[in-house]
Amino acid sequence: MGRTLAEKVWDDHVVRRVEGEPDLLYIDLHLLHEVTSPQAFDGLRKSGRQVRRTDLTIATEDHNTPTLDIDKPIADPVSRTQLETLRKNCADFGVRLHPLGDVEQGVVHVVGPQLGLTQPGMTVVCGDSHTSTHGAFGALAFGIGTSQVEHVLATQTLPLAPFRTMAVTVNGELPEDVTAKDLILAVIAKIGTGGGQGYVLEYRGEAIEKLSMEARMTICNMSIEAGARAGMIAPDETTFAYLQGRPHAAEGADWEEAVAYWRTLRTDDDAVFDHEVVIEAAELAPFVTWGTNPGQGAPLSASVPDPASFTDVSEKLAAENALTYMGLSAGQRLRDIKVDTVFVGSCTNGRIEDLRSAAAVIEGRQVADGVRMLIVPGSVRVALQAVEEGLDKVFTAAGAEWRHAGCSMCLGMNPDQLAPGERSASTSNRNFEGRQGKGGRTHLVSPPVAAATAVLGHLASPADLSDNAVPAGV
Amino acid sequence: MEAFTTHTGRAVPLRRSNVDTDQIIPAHWLKKVTRDGFEDGLFEAWRKDGAFVLNQPERQGATVLVAGPDFGTGSSREHAVWALQNYGFKTVVSSRFADIFRGNSLKNGLLTVVLPQETVDALWQLTEEDPATEITVDLVARKVLAPGVEADFELDENARWRLLEGLDDISITLQNEGDIAAYESGRPSFKPQTQAA
Repeated sequence: MGRTLAEKVWDDHVVRRVEGEPDLLYIDLHLLHEVTSPQAFDGLRKSGRQVRRTDLTIATEDHNTPTLDIDKPIADPVSRTQLETLRKNCADFGVRLHPLGDVEQGVVHVVGPQLGLTQPGMTVVCGDSHTSTHGAFGALAFGIGTSQVEHVLATQTLPLAPFRTMAVTVNGELPEDVTAKDLILAVIAKIGTGGGQGYVLEYRGEAIEKLSMEARMTICNMSIEAGARAGMIAPDETTFAYLQGRPHAAEGADWEEAVAYWRTLRTDDDAVFDHEVVIEAAELAPFVTWGTNPGQGAPLSASVPDPASFTDVSEKLAAENALTYMGLSAGQRLRDIKVDTVFVGSCTNGRIEDLRSAAAVIEGRQVADGVRMLIVPGSVRVALQAVEEGLDKVFTAAGAEWRHAGCSMCLGMNPDQLAPGERSASTSNRNFEGRQGKGGRTHLVSPPVAAATAVLGHLASPADLSDNAVPAGV
Repeated sequence: MEAFTTHTGRAVPLRRSNVDTDQIIPAHWLKKVTRDGFEDGLFEAWRKDGAFVLNQPERQGATVLVAGPDFGTGSSREHAVWALQNYGFKTVVSSRFADIFRGNSLKNGLLTVVLPQETVDALWQLTEEDPATEITVDLVARKVLAPGVEADFELDENARWRLLEGLDDISITLQNEGDIAAYESGRPSFKPQTQAA
C-alpha cells in the first residue's frame, strides 16, 4: 500500500524503531526563541551536556521584544533579563542568534522560510505551537515543549508517538475575495478545535495547489488551532521556485539532487488517509470569529449564533461563556460589531503578501476615528521590502502605526496589548480570553478584512468599501 | 522527573471545555526564566472572580483537577504544566487533552488521565456534592477510583514505565547515541545548515 506525504517524511527520519517504544526521529532544523528555551539551556548546564548540532540550530528574538524604540534599553527588567538570557545561552553554547536590531531578526516562523532553512521533507521543531507553519513546504513541522527543546538540543532527536493522517481536500477555486486565512478559519470551524487531535493534516486539492507559498504558510500555521499535530502541503514547482536562490538553499548538483528527492514527496495514489474532509472552495466567503476559540467562527455576512442552537452540551456552554466574555448577543450581525484596534501581523499574516493586501485596501482611505491600527511586519526583511514598495507610507498616510518586527499583539507579551474591554480585529491566530491583553476581545480576520474594518470601524470586508471612498490614483 | 505511582487527593471540578494554555498561565508570566514560581499565575484571570472554583475555601489543598474536554489547547508553553504543578496539582482528568500539553505533562510527571465524558460528569457531580470526596489515580493498576466510580484508563506502556520510574528521556535516548551517529553519517549533503559545522 502506498504512503502519505507525512508517512514518507516520518519514515525518512527514523533513527531507531523498536517494538513497544516510540520511534526516535531525527530533527533537521531546531528553531529557538527567548521564551521557551531558557529552562532548556539550564537543564543542559545542570547535566553538563552540550548542543549536539549547533549547525542545525538557530535562534531569534520575537515573542517578548518591543516594536517601538528598539534602540533604547528595554524598560521592563524581566523582559530584558529574558533577552539577555537567550543571548548568553547562544554565546555559551555556540548557537547562531539574530537578536533585536539584526537584519535577519523577526518572528521565528517568518525567519526560517525566508532564509531558505525550511525545505521539503525536513523535520522542523520549535518550542512554539505555530511551528506547523513550516509544513507549507512539505516539511513535518511541529511545536514542542521546553523539555523537548532540551531533548533536541542534547540529542538532535525526539521520541515521538505515532500519528494518524487526515486529508483536507479543497476542491475548485477560491472566490476572488477569499484568502487563505478565510479558508483555514472555515476549516477549523468545520472540524473543531479538537478535530485534528492526533492527526497530521495534509491540505490538498486544486485550491491549495494554486496558493502562493505565503498563503500556504497561513494555512499550515493554523493547523494547531484545529488541535492537529502538524499540517502539510506537498511540495511543487511553487515551492521550488520560492526556495531557489535563498541563502540556505542548495546550489548546483546538490540543488538538482534535492529537487529530485522533493518530487517524490507526494502522497501515493493508493495511500489511505485515516480521515478525510472535503471543502468546496466556491462556497467560502470572508470568515471571522465571534467567540473565544478559533473554531467559533462564521462568515462575515452571518450573525452571532444563539448558544441554544448548539446540540453538544459543552459547545453550548462554551458559546454562552464566549458571548459573555465577548460582550455580544445572539443574533447580532457580525458586520455591526465595532472595534477599537486593528492588528496586522503575526506568523499567520505578517509576511509581505499580507501587508500588500492590507495596503491595497487602505490606500487612499483613512483609519476611522477612534480606531488604532498597528502594522507589525513579521520580520525585518519583510519590513525592508515593504518600505521599498512604499507600503509603510500607505499605512502611515492612512493613520496606521508602522512598527518594528516581532510577535507583538498576537500574544500581548510585550507592551502591545488591548486594554480591558477593548475589541480588536486581528490577523493573528488566537482569540482566547485575554490573549491580546487582560480583558481584551479578539476577532480573527484576514488582512483585507482587517484593513476594511479599520476604515469603517466595524467588522467589514473590502466589498463594503466600494461606495465609501475612492483609492488615491484611481 | 518526579515518579508517579498512585495519588489520592481532593478534587477541583472545572466545568469548562477548551481551557487553553493562555488561561492556565497568561503570557506575561512567560517572561520568567525558571521552572518554578508560577503558582500565582495559574488561571490568573478567572481567579479574580471570588466565585471561581479554585477560590472556594473547601477546594484549598486539592490536588486532582477534573476538567472539561480539550484541556490544554493552544500555545505549547510548558509553563502551563509547571503552573499546575507549582500550585499543587498532581494529576488532571479530562475526556480529551491537546497533544502538546499532554506530552509536556507526561515529561514532567503530571499525570494526565483520559476518561470518557460520562465518567468525568460523574466525578464532577461527586466532587461538587461533597468537596471532601477523594479521588485516587492509580497508575500501577491504571484505574481511577472514587466513591461509586471505578474507571480504567489507557496510557501507552512506554510512557507509563517512564512515569512509574521517573526516568529522564534524554538519558534514555543517549543510550542509543550510536544509532544517532549512524543516522547522521547518512544525511544528504543538500540538507541546509545554519552555520558551518
